[in-house]
Amino acid sequence: MTDSMIMLRRNFKQTLRNPTAVFNAVLFPIVLMLMFVYVLGGAFDVGNVKYIDYATPGLVLMAISYGLSATALAVSTDMTKGIINRFRVMGISRGAVLNGHVVATMLRSLVAIAAVIGVAFLIGFRPSASALDWLGVVGVVALIGFATSWLTVAMGLAAKTTESAGLATVPLILLPFLSSAIVPADTMGPGVRQFAEYQPFTPIIETLRGLLNGTPSAGNAIAAIAWCVGIGLVGYVWARTKFSKRV
Amino acid sequence: MRTSAIAVSGLRKAYGDKVVLDGVDLDVRTGTVFSLLGPNGAGKTTTVNVLTTLMKADGGTARVAGHDVATETRAVREVIGVTGQFAAVDELLTGQENLQLMADLKRVGAGEGKRVVAELLARFDLTESAQKLVSTYSGGMRRKLDLAMTLVGNPRIIFLDEPTTGLDPRSRRTMWTIIRELVADGVTIFLTTQYLEEADQLADRIAVLDQGRVVAQGTPDELKRQIPGSHVRFRFADVPELDAAARVFAESTRDDETLTLRVPSDGGTKSVRALLEKLDEYSIDAEEFSVHTPDLDDVFLSLTGHASAEVPVT
Repeated sequence: MTDSMIMLRRNFKQTLRNPTAVFNAVLFPIVLMLMFVYVLGGAFDVGNVKYIDYATPGLVLMAISYGLSATALAVSTDMTKGIINRFRVMGISRGAVLNGHVVATMLRSLVAIAAVIGVAFLIGFRPSASALDWLGVVGVVALIGFATSWLTVAMGLAAKTTESAGLATVPLILLPFLSSAIVPADTMGPGVRQFAEYQPFTPIIETLRGLLNGTPSAGNAIAAIAWCVGIGLVGYVWARTKFSKRV
Repeated sequence: MRTSAIAVSGLRKAYGDKVVLDGVDLDVRTGTVFSLLGPNGAGKTTTVNVLTTLMKADGGTARVAGHDVATETRAVREVIGVTGQFAAVDELLTGQENLQLMADLKRVGAGEGKRVVAELLARFDLTESAQKLVSTYSGGMRRKLDLAMTLVGNPRIIFLDEPTTGLDPRSRRTMWTIIRELVADGVTIFLTTQYLEEADQLADRIAVLDQGRVVAQGTPDELKRQIPGSHVRFRFADVPELDAAARVFAESTRDDETLTLRVPSDGGTKSVRALLEKLDEYSIDAEEFSVHTPDLDDVFLSLTGHASAEVPVT
């Protein structure tokens, strides 16, 4: 078994032991979904679609971003408590600790997303996506999950204390609200609308929405993939630099 | 022939213009306990970090088990175990899972790993709490688990950085017992401590570190001979009483200003009783008496000419 696999197993156990992480990552997006669909959604004008069909792609992204703070916290805890020194003295391969966190985060996100989509189906979500479209959805979700995981690991490494590490991911939680996740961007006020149109989560959500409705748009998809690759690259390089500096 | 487990010569390290290690020379024989004694900020942890490959020195050489710590990092890491100042345990795992993690990372093998983990849990008296999350452990239990984790894979040279700082007296005794058992198995131990008593109890050799320099080195007995012994201090009401007492105790030292007399004594009940009886015999009354045993402060005062608490920040 490789060091990365051993670390992944460790991170996975940690997740199971930490009810807050599980709640934040899996249950909270579902709570949000129920709230938007049953309480607020009726008041939103999203055009000619059912609100649940409109909102699910955005909630899928939220399921990813809500799970991130646990990762930033876990990475920061590893770095600030003595355990990282123990791993170093044991000659654990350099990236193994980080790989473990990234893969554990992605797995947790996938569980959360599956739960969100499952509940969405229960309350009336009826996408018209083909099998190929679904494959696209999985691809986009995996890509953004991978990219944000590395970015979060980097933020966890950069944080001086575990408290600030937990806070560092707040922007990633807020971004979906300022995107087309809940309501279409063109219904927003000036300024916010431009922000929503040009921030990374909007093209990603629009790509998911297109795939799920069976009408993917190439423009959005290209922008989405470009953002994911960009975020992932920045996160990866940042994380590796911070890691070598800290240990 | 190689009898040095750790050989350090001219080790230097500075952070910016703050010199932390200023030419440290050490030699630790295989199978012995070596204690680096010094106050906070003396450079103990920095020394451990350099010797355990966690930090690069600016100058000098250090060999652990014959391997250069700077160039043969991997070989050094294979033979050492380190228990740092802060328990390096995973709080979200149970005690058993922490040990199993170490066994996995050291590739001990599934069956053998289980056996090693169970053995260590029993040895450190942690079997009962093995299935509990470490976040519920007391400070003493964490330290024990930390040391147990270090022992997975049978390292031949173990570094312990202030292993008992912050522990209650009972946990400290337990730790001492465990350390003695390790040495009995032939393990070499490099121990840092702020407590003279701890170094005295455990170490074959002690080096006193002060402001990044070794100011004294030797066996505990050799060191203690260099520092003032324990003594009983009497305080008297007036000078005539002090005069009388000073005549009775020939080898005492008097301080007229505070009206006190220092009489060398091991501080045991027998010798203290003898002193008191002697005072009684000559009808001398002391206002107050106290027993003093040398501590780290005395060591520092006598070896460096300044008290440990007054170590200036350079």
